Amino acid sequence: MKQIWLIFLKDIQQEFKTRYAINAIMLFAIVTLSAVSFSIGAYTATTRVLAALFWIILFFSSMSGLSHIFIREEETQTADTLKLVARPSSIYLGKFFFNLILLILLEVILIPLFIAIMNFKVVSFQIFLLTMFIGNFGLAGGGTMVAAIISKASTKGALFTVLSFPILLPVLISGISATRKAAESVKLMDAQNELQALLAYGVIIIVASILLFDFVWNE
Amino acid sequence: MSKLWKIILYIGLSLIIIGAFVWAPLEPKILKEYTRIFYFHVPVAWICVLFFLIAAYYSFQFLRTKDLLYDAYAKISNELGILFAILATVTGSIWAKVTWGSFWNWDPRETSIFILLLIYGAYFSLRSAVEQEDRRARLAAVYSLLAFVTVPFFVFVVPRIYFSLHPDPVINTQGKIHLELRQRVVFFSSLIFHTVLYLWLFQMRKTQVKLQMILRLYKENKMLEE
Repeated sequence: MKQIWLIFLKDIQQEFKTRYAINAIMLFAIVTLSAVSFSIGAYTATTRVLAALFWIILFFSSMSGLSHIFIREEETQTADTLKLVARPSSIYLGKFFFNLILLILLEVILIPLFIAIMNFKVVSFQIFLLTMFIGNFGLAGGGTMVAAIISKASTKGALFTVLSFPILLPVLISGISATRKAAESVKLMDAQNELQALLAYGVIIIVASILLFDFVWNE
Repeated sequence: MSKLWKIILYIGLSLIIIGAFVWAPLEPKILKEYTRIFYFHVPVAWICVLFFLIAAYYSFQFLRTKDLLYDAYAKISNELGILFAILATVTGSIWAKVTWGSFWNWDPRETSIFILLLIYGAYFSLRSAVEQEDRRARLAAVYSLLAFVTVPFFVFVVPRIYFSLHPDPVINTQGKIHLELRQRVVFFSSLIFHTVLYLWLFQMRKTQVKLQMILRLYKENKMLEE
């Protein structure tokens, strides 16, 4: 438990020095959001389209930043030292919490901007925020694991998105559907299926990642 | 042994083709002439899922034993799986065109086969991106298992969220199959013979891979002696 916390703190400190991941992820989100907004123009899209656009922006911006956490360890050649001082499962969880915080920061910026610029009317903030909160666990869990795989491969950038997409698609599908419902109805029960799916996905992917991480990390 | 299987397969599959096109009666109400593709589309889709399961099994075995032979088995299983996934997509797409009016409409089953194709694609691009052999095997096995745990979501969750067009006239929700006797005979024998085809193909590739490995070991030993 303490190890997880220490690794998490170390990554936060390292991130504060360079601010690489946070810059990349935020700017990517803003650039895509303005690109989408420009191309749509004055035309008000339906909630179905807006929900899909929101998740596409969220997915691709997280893809631009989540992989950095393991690539950094490989590039600065600190991975071997980390191997010596901590257990694999706590390394995974520490990095996972870092990515989770990164995603939450991204959403804190992205959600108000998206609502303001795209004229997206959320009827039930309860469903919307719950979807984001649970969805983050799945996105961060799957993303961190694929990032660990990627950091050992020779080509890193494009491969991350290619490998993550099939793994993270359940989050995307249920997330889009739940976001649409958040803009359409007020009752929490309406989005029950999607929220259950997101929760189950988060739990399964994190458990599977902890079990499999050992094989990726130790050579 | 393998020759005997080859002859059995040859005769069996020929009989099934004849049976599907001539002997089995057509479904009179909705499908009519299009009934025939059913005898090939369903078994092919079944085999493609089978290969995916077998690949996950061998990936697990590899991580347990660290034997590169299992990795090679997982790889050939995925290679054959991608072939059958393409076949299932193409036959399904043709069937969808004639019954529902368009080649592709994101029906949950279509989505899941598409995801399967994406996973196969990602698996092979991961393999080509890693040069060291044992590292490649390890990463590919981990990815294969990670993809395997997400598959239940496409089978159980996505159909609950999205509306499905997939045939309930033939196979309904209780899993019962409404078929006439002759249709049933052709369908189940087609399923059995496709499974035999699968076993035969897989066995042949397995032997080939095993021989390649033995040959390589032999060459390496010889080089060491020199």
